[in-house]
Amino acid sequence: MSKLRSLIAGAFAAGLLATAAMVPAAHAQEEQLPHENWSFNNLFGTYDLAAAQRGFQVYSQICSNCHSMQMLHYRDLAGIGLSPEQIKAVAAAVTVPQGVDDQGNPKEGPATPADEFRSPFPNPQAARAANGGALPPDLSLIVNAREGHANYVYGILTGFTNPPAGFKMQDGMHYNKMFPGHQIAMPQPLQDGSVDYTDGTPNNLAQEAHDVVTFLAWASNPELTERKQMGVRVILFLMVMTGLTYAVKRKVWADVEH
Amino acid sequence: MAGLHKSEIANPVLNWIDTRLPVITMMQKEYGVFPTPKNFNYFWNFGALAMVNLLIMIATGIFLAMNYQPNTQLAFASVQHIMRDVNYGWLLRYVHQNGASMFFIVTYVHIFRGLYYGSYKAPRELLWMLGVVILLLMMATAFMGYVLPWGQMSYWGATVITNLFSAFPWIGPKIVTLLWGGFSVDNPTLNRFFALHYLLPFVLVGVIFLHIAALHIVGSNNPLGIDVKSPQDTLPFHPYYTVKDSVGICVYLMVFAAFVFFFPNALGDPNNFIPANPLQTPADIVPEWYFLPFYAILRSVPNKLLGVCMMFGSILVLFVLPWLDTSPVRSARFRPLYRKFVWLLVIAFVTLGWCGMNKPEGIFVILSRIGALYYFAHFLVILPLLGKLERPLPLPESISKPVIGRGGGPLPASAAAKPMEKA
Repeated sequence: MSKLRSLIAGAFAAGLLATAAMVPAAHAQEEQLPHENWSFNNLFGTYDLAAAQRGFQVYSQICSNCHSMQMLHYRDLAGIGLSPEQIKAVAAAVTVPQGVDDQGNPKEGPATPADEFRSPFPNPQAARAANGGALPPDLSLIVNAREGHANYVYGILTGFTNPPAGFKMQDGMHYNKMFPGHQIAMPQPLQDGSVDYTDGTPNNLAQEAHDVVTFLAWASNPELTERKQMGVRVILFLMVMTGLTYAVKRKVWADVEH
Repeated sequence: MAGLHKSEIANPVLNWIDTRLPVITMMQKEYGVFPTPKNFNYFWNFGALAMVNLLIMIATGIFLAMNYQPNTQLAFASVQHIMRDVNYGWLLRYVHQNGASMFFIVTYVHIFRGLYYGSYKAPRELLWMLGVVILLLMMATAFMGYVLPWGQMSYWGATVITNLFSAFPWIGPKIVTLLWGGFSVDNPTLNRFFALHYLLPFVLVGVIFLHIAALHIVGSNNPLGIDVKSPQDTLPFHPYYTVKDSVGICVYLMVFAAFVFFFPNALGDPNNFIPANPLQTPADIVPEWYFLPFYAILRSVPNKLLGVCMMFGSILVLFVLPWLDTSPVRSARFRPLYRKFVWLLVIAFVTLGWCGMNKPEGIFVILSRIGALYYFAHFLVILPLLGKLERPLPLPESISKPVIGRGGGPLPASAAAKPMEKA
């Protein structure tokens, strides 16, 4: 019986060791994700609102030409610190479809804060047709929807390079060291100086990518700040509650021999 | 007047009610003075925790259902509407989503408690079997709930899992069509899964009621696994175990809150933030973490039908566990060999879960086969034999005289007691 047991234990141990040795080897060929220092990452971290606002500028001027953000409304921009007047102005500058008029013809007009972000294409077919057959994904949840999250999106935006010698590229594809398979349909969207910041922040590629990823992270998890603040209060309350309950428990059980 | 209950409640209004419907007397009997073994450790919290968890799931689920749209065109966006626009919708949703994981953590510990201390043995066989029914219902409910957000993993998970039934000859494809309400996972599937996801928790409530009723007939097991012999062995449930359960509930809520507020998506899959797309299969289709051990058992067998049978069998075998374990001794404390094997079972279960997370290649195939083999051997071979081969340690006389029982040796009670139990 004990022989059998040591056999099983040995098999488990051997398996664990072998796997431990194999796992890093399999990952070694993949490009390492960058590890940016994100304002929202740690336990108490919140969004750097200035970066998120600059990121919204990058999205509006560059990304929004191809990528929709259908889960967002202009009113949501209060979450990155825009005032009601600023939101109204941002919305009013955009023309969005507004249902049909009395004759049944499609109508357009300036957006209001209650409107969804304008989508660049009326439907996926139009988006594909305009982008060589590739569908630019909606960005509302992009940071949550990718393994590696903010670092991955940042890695894609800063990962465009020339293909290594001998790498065969398909027509209309672009080399990106972070993208699985390294061939991405999106051409490099951001370069140094793609946008002009009004607050004097340097507009190099790294800064632009950092800002737009901060904005996209906010778009994916707009509740993050409120959630963490509430979490701190809830955990503190529960710690006190646990202490009190445990004290009561000790008192109730004090005279029980067990 | 023969049918009226003679109530002893002093308050006249409550007395009036209790005379006609003695619910207050019943609660007093079942949760007030109910004699409970006095030597429970904190493992005995987990039944109460599961009950609290179910209530949290039902409470949050009802409010989520008020804002959710069970339609393939609207479902994904309606979940985002809950997360972004509904007042505290993100809180409801994250509590519900992480509550599913907490439910399985708590339930798996509860089951481990039953295995370790032999709570399934006579006279608690039916109590245990009702527990297995609860586990099956929980799994069905959780699976259908995961389909509702209609993300990529919802859709493809539903496709893969429902397709498993097609392995059964003749009847299989009919079952699959019935589950789908058509010829692929589509709107009818989502509609019926939503309806069933709302229904099954209330079925769960019913089975849990029977589970508790059976418990209150036979009485609780305890860490020594010996029967209650005298009133000295027991304490009234209130206040002793109401307060001890409250400590457990507070700690449990802290763990729960840590997930909800700081790591709400740690146990989720990024692919489920992408709307379901029947034309695009994700690279890896992985079920939620709490199904991974069973998923690994399924994949450890190269034959589909056999794999499906093994997967269902891994749970069904629990129904006959009371008769597979031939040892008359309940608690693993007095079973030196069983104590080691039950931990091996835990290792096998965790290893299977780890294998289920990874692609079935290389070492993971071998590991999942060893794990699955051990899982079944544990119940079907080791337990029947162990009762005959093992020499249990001497059992203590009674719960109130557990001195020899604690470590199996002549240690003074204070030194042998676990610090947790000295509190």
